[in-house]
Amino acid sequence: MNLKLRYLRGNILQGLSVVLTAMVVIPLVIIIVFVVVNGIGAMSVDFFTQELGSPARAMQGKPTGLVAAVVGTFIIDLIGLAIALPFGIATGILMSEFPDHPFAPIARILVSTLNGMPAVLMGLMAYALVVKNTGGFSAISGAVALSFIMVPIIARTTESVLRITPWVLREVGLSLGLPRWRVTLSLVFPAARAGIITGILLAFARAAGEAAPLLLTSFGNNYLSFKLTEPMDSLPQRLYSLAISPYKQWHTLGWGGAIILLLFVMITFFIGRAVVGSLEKRAQTLNQIKQEEKTNE
Amino acid sequence: MSSDITAMTTPEPASHGNEAALGKILPPIYRGPGDRVFKILILVMSAAIIFLALGTGIILWLEGMPSFQAYGYWDFLVGTQWDPIAKIHGAWPFIIGTIVSSLGAIALALIPAIAVAIFVTEFAPKWLANFINYTLDLLAAIPSVVIGLWAIFNFAPIIREFILFPIFRWAEANATWLLPIIGPDGPSVYNLVSSTIILALMIVPYTVALARDAIHLVPREQREAAWALGATRWEVMEMAVLPYASSGIIAGVLLSLARALGETMAVAMLIGNSNRLPFTLFGPAATMPSVIINEFREAVEPLHLTSLMAVGFYLFLITIIMNFAATFIQKRLIKGRAL
Repeated sequence: MNLKLRYLRGNILQGLSVVLTAMVVIPLVIIIVFVVVNGIGAMSVDFFTQELGSPARAMQGKPTGLVAAVVGTFIIDLIGLAIALPFGIATGILMSEFPDHPFAPIARILVSTLNGMPAVLMGLMAYALVVKNTGGFSAISGAVALSFIMVPIIARTTESVLRITPWVLREVGLSLGLPRWRVTLSLVFPAARAGIITGILLAFARAAGEAAPLLLTSFGNNYLSFKLTEPMDSLPQRLYSLAISPYKQWHTLGWGGAIILLLFVMITFFIGRAVVGSLEKRAQTLNQIKQEEKTNE
Repeated sequence: MSSDITAMTTPEPASHGNEAALGKILPPIYRGPGDRVFKILILVMSAAIIFLALGTGIILWLEGMPSFQAYGYWDFLVGTQWDPIAKIHGAWPFIIGTIVSSLGAIALALIPAIAVAIFVTEFAPKWLANFINYTLDLLAAIPSVVIGLWAIFNFAPIIREFILFPIFRWAEANATWLLPIIGPDGPSVYNLVSSTIILALMIVPYTVALARDAIHLVPREQREAAWALGATRWEVMEMAVLPYASSGIIAGVLLSLARALGETMAVAMLIGNSNRLPFTLFGPAATMPSVIINEFREAVEPLHLTSLMAVGFYLFLITIIMNFAATFIQKRLIKGRAL
């Protein structure tokens, strides 16, 4: 094989990699365009103010909306977050601030395993623990299921954010004679605040898109409900029910729900990216300064 | 006062011998109870992770127990019939559906994913690489139901009309031996093939991210050596970079496979939920997560419910084994690099 052929072969394969990349990226654009185009049509004041009601309501052309699902998503998710937050943050602190503790590597493996665990299993677990023991599907069981999903996500993001928080900060605190818990809570945490909040936001967004566990726990409710001990509606689970229903009007509502979910996820995604990016930049500049100081010495 | 407390709790675990020794020299402020309490609190709270990981397995096992007792672990796993009305439950159809759809998805996703990883790390200008990474991460963040909704209303009908039907007609006329594989009744709207394609689309971001990381870990000397031997740009890739990154890519494939196995909503919406073997490519099928989602809410018989839990237990076992295997490979990889 002469050089020309070798270059040709390289160029062909390189071209192939470009084509395949396009094949992967284009569907994403298509999904977003379709959801936005179809979803915009479903947006109206009714969408945010009316209950879904029975299928007949949509068939007769009466105003229907997903207010129950939108409100329910926030209620269930916020309760889930409140449950998950302390455990997630604590695990994150353990992994980043006590790296030589024998439990830290175990926690790290378990967190990554849990992150790869199908959400539907968390739904089954919440069903077994809460629904079975309280006697019925309820919003609170949905919140528990979502908290199971959030804990490993919060733990992982907290760990990675604390890790890119400059070590100098801890050294300064310790040199002033502060105990470790004060260093963690009063120095490291404020410095990493933006990152930790972003991690929480990402966990929230991820849980807000999970339908599987909620189908098994909070079940869904066509009417607006604020009772935590009764079935409550939520967007992803409602989206599933609307999509597999036979009614055209409900499909339209489904697109509307999809655009809300998509927007929510995209916004949190971009916020997360921006914050993590700026934190990493800060860590990098600090490292650079350190390097320069070393070379100056 | 505080020093008294530490004096009373001197017996320390062996791994903290250093701390105990230091305690004698350190000023009292470090010997205060604050740090100890903080550490215990953190440990107790993070024990929730153990509860979550092991508890899921144990609880699913206990919940599935009546089914295991009724059919036996092995017979339940390989039982080919799933008929809740006749009270016969065997998980084999879902095992087959899960294996076929996720292996198919990884087969479809692997080469494009590696191509993207190569393009992004080696060839693309920085802005384009950033853009592609961004979009892929965004794709991974889109909720499964939203992709399922799109797939039901846009993707599946189009695929059926323009790809599956022509193939089916061609097979009818020219290759009747294909019919048992693709299904003699013609393509249905919800079928195994379209859900596999969607599954592939959904796992591509994970595979790309992990392959990308593996390629990033390849040391520069490795490339420089290949350049010095006079390799072309592509040859550097295939002689020096890819072989070196291969074990990382394999770990990535395992992790993506674990994702594919557990991917629930989009598959449950698309696969058509048929419990009867044999599955055909263009016909409806079911996977382990999809059967849980589609039947759990309607399950009234206790044995039906426990059987679904038992299916969940097997799903748990599979995903945990895959994850541990991948973690093990990745760990060995990083250790190898450090030496």
